[in-house]
Amino acid sequence: MSIFLTKASKVLVQGITGSEGSKHAARMIAAGTTIVAGVTPGKGGQSIELSGVSVPVYNSVTEAVAATGADVSVVFVPPKFAKDAVISTIEAEVPLCVVITEGIPVHDTAEFFALAQASGKTRLIGPNCPGLITPGESNVGIIPADISGPGRIGLVSKSGTLTYQMMFELRDIGFSTAVGIGGDPIIGTTHIDCLKAFQEDPDTDVIVMIGEIGGDAEERAAAYIAEHVTKPVVGYVAGFTAPEGKTMGHAGAIVSGSSGTAEGKQEALEAAGVKVGRTPSATARLAREAYENLSK
Amino acid sequence: MDLYEYQAKELFAKHGVNTQAGIVVTDSAAAGKAAAELNATVVVKAQVKTGGRGKAGGVKLATSAAEAQEKAEAILGLDIKGHIVHKVLITPAADIASEYYVSFLLDRSNRTFLAMASVEGGMEIEEVAVTKPEALAKVAIDPLVGVTPEVAATIVDTAKFPADVRDGIIEMLQKLWDVFVKEDATLVEVNPLVKTPAGDVMALDGKVTLDDNADFRHPDHAALVDLATENGLELRAKEKGLNYVKLDGSVGIIGNGAGLVMSTLDVVAYAGENFGGVRPANFLDIGGGASAQVMADGLEIVLGDPDVKSVFVNVFGGITACDAVANGIVQAIAMLTQRGEQVSKPIVCRLDGNNAAAGRAILAEANLAVIRVAETMDDAAATVAELASK
Repeated sequence: MSIFLTKASKVLVQGITGSEGSKHAARMIAAGTTIVAGVTPGKGGQSIELSGVSVPVYNSVTEAVAATGADVSVVFVPPKFAKDAVISTIEAEVPLCVVITEGIPVHDTAEFFALAQASGKTRLIGPNCPGLITPGESNVGIIPADISGPGRIGLVSKSGTLTYQMMFELRDIGFSTAVGIGGDPIIGTTHIDCLKAFQEDPDTDVIVMIGEIGGDAEERAAAYIAEHVTKPVVGYVAGFTAPEGKTMGHAGAIVSGSSGTAEGKQEALEAAGVKVGRTPSATARLAREAYENLSK
Repeated sequence: MDLYEYQAKELFAKHGVNTQAGIVVTDSAAAGKAAAELNATVVVKAQVKTGGRGKAGGVKLATSAAEAQEKAEAILGLDIKGHIVHKVLITPAADIASEYYVSFLLDRSNRTFLAMASVEGGMEIEEVAVTKPEALAKVAIDPLVGVTPEVAATIVDTAKFPADVRDGIIEMLQKLWDVFVKEDATLVEVNPLVKTPAGDVMALDGKVTLDDNADFRHPDHAALVDLATENGLELRAKEKGLNYVKLDGSVGIIGNGAGLVMSTLDVVAYAGENFGGVRPANFLDIGGGASAQVMADGLEIVLGDPDVKSVFVNVFGGITACDAVANGIVQAIAMLTQRGEQVSKPIVCRLDGNNAAAGRAILAEANLAVIRVAETMDDAAATVAELASK
């Protein structure tokens, strides 16, 4: 088991004929992902050879889903076209849409997020995220598949490279699923959504959550943990030294006023019983301890 | 990007929002001239991208051209919360019957947009939110519906605006929503929104934040960037397409991925506690898929910062291959040396992930005196902090 993504997931890639889309689609196939279709408007009818697999390309998501039964869509199209790509996925009622694209205007995200909420049929992950991996089963997005194998830790993170770092540190234990939820101000899947799914997942024993400055998602997650999560949760928060009012790369990582500070997030998590590491390595040590304590 | 008040008002005017014309000047003589031109009692207003101008002495009334010049002289050069005043806006002083507050903003918590409105205008809205929360109306805006006349009426009635300004504010809210949507803003705030003795409503101030991600559909927004007040290093980094923020410490930081770089800043600051409070000098994210050229550009910027005493290159190779990063470091040093620049600041490198062994081998082979390779992020931070403290 795992969350959101399994061996059975049938994946379609939007923007598969672009350089990013084709490169990462090939990597996903090599990692065992079942890619059943590509979508590029105007390029339907051809097929594209990737990692020894011939993937048919369709003009629209609706066509691709009708022909292949795809149940996951991953979006690599440039920011300008991302809104239309995501909306077409929602209209085709694809259950999971993973938006890798970085730099989507927040008005576009607000619109497609509202549509997804209204339809109730599509879970969005991202935008501006590395995707998710259920090691040994399926990989959707850009997380390198060779960092870590399957295991019993569930990981949820706003940051891509910190996801990789944590997977690297805990590669001997392994992961049920690792989800990069993205650092934009509006994201489709939150820490809480992942905490809930990991709590319910029989194959996850320990949960690691990585947050960063900005917004109140971590504080909300802390309240959720106190109420609903019985599995051990270990946390890390980046951005203690980030100055107020400056954007640190992630559009969401901006502190304004006293809300959204790293201190506030750490305090909230600790008050909910989450052990919070001072550095990524210290966090990995805490996760390892929590895991080892379970088998005692 | 945050806009100055005068730029916000230009956008307001473009979308038909009733606001006040003014003249922007950069020296006091021009301020006097502007006041003479307006031929009225004027307000001299510091143009800074922060709140609390009034309290800091950045907004003054002047009844004559000479006084306007005098007030501008005092305001220009002021430091308001770390923002130096380079420009002042001269506007005719408005007669005010009442002051209100309205804004549209991104509501991250609820992942939608929000309208806020209050009859308690003029003062800092954060204060109203704390002292009289019942006086601040909050109305969620559905991005799929927007601010229709009905939605605007709901905002006005929730905030309990008086009947005589109801229609005027309903109309203004729809125009401000146009600014918010059509200009791709994440904040449009008017404080105060005033009622004049004649009963008109007018935006007397304006605060707008634009979404940089939407620049591709707003070529005109490029003209709103104020190059004069941007940090020189930040400007050079931007020209090279690098994601760089100047900070106040002495350890130069280069890493890949915003989260990892933020984490690197923290880890260096912790390690620095043992060396008299050494802190990071910058944030620099070279991004995923970083090439040798990007690394070279990054090192050039960071080494060019006179505050930097040591540098920490922290890369976890996901898509980025560490051998490419190592080649970039070696090439950058060769390039800088060739240009006659002496590279003497120590560079501590920590490479993990994709092709890390090959990357470390390249650095070892290059045998450069300034380069040290560290095994872990925490070890590297301790080394680089110690080097910066010497």
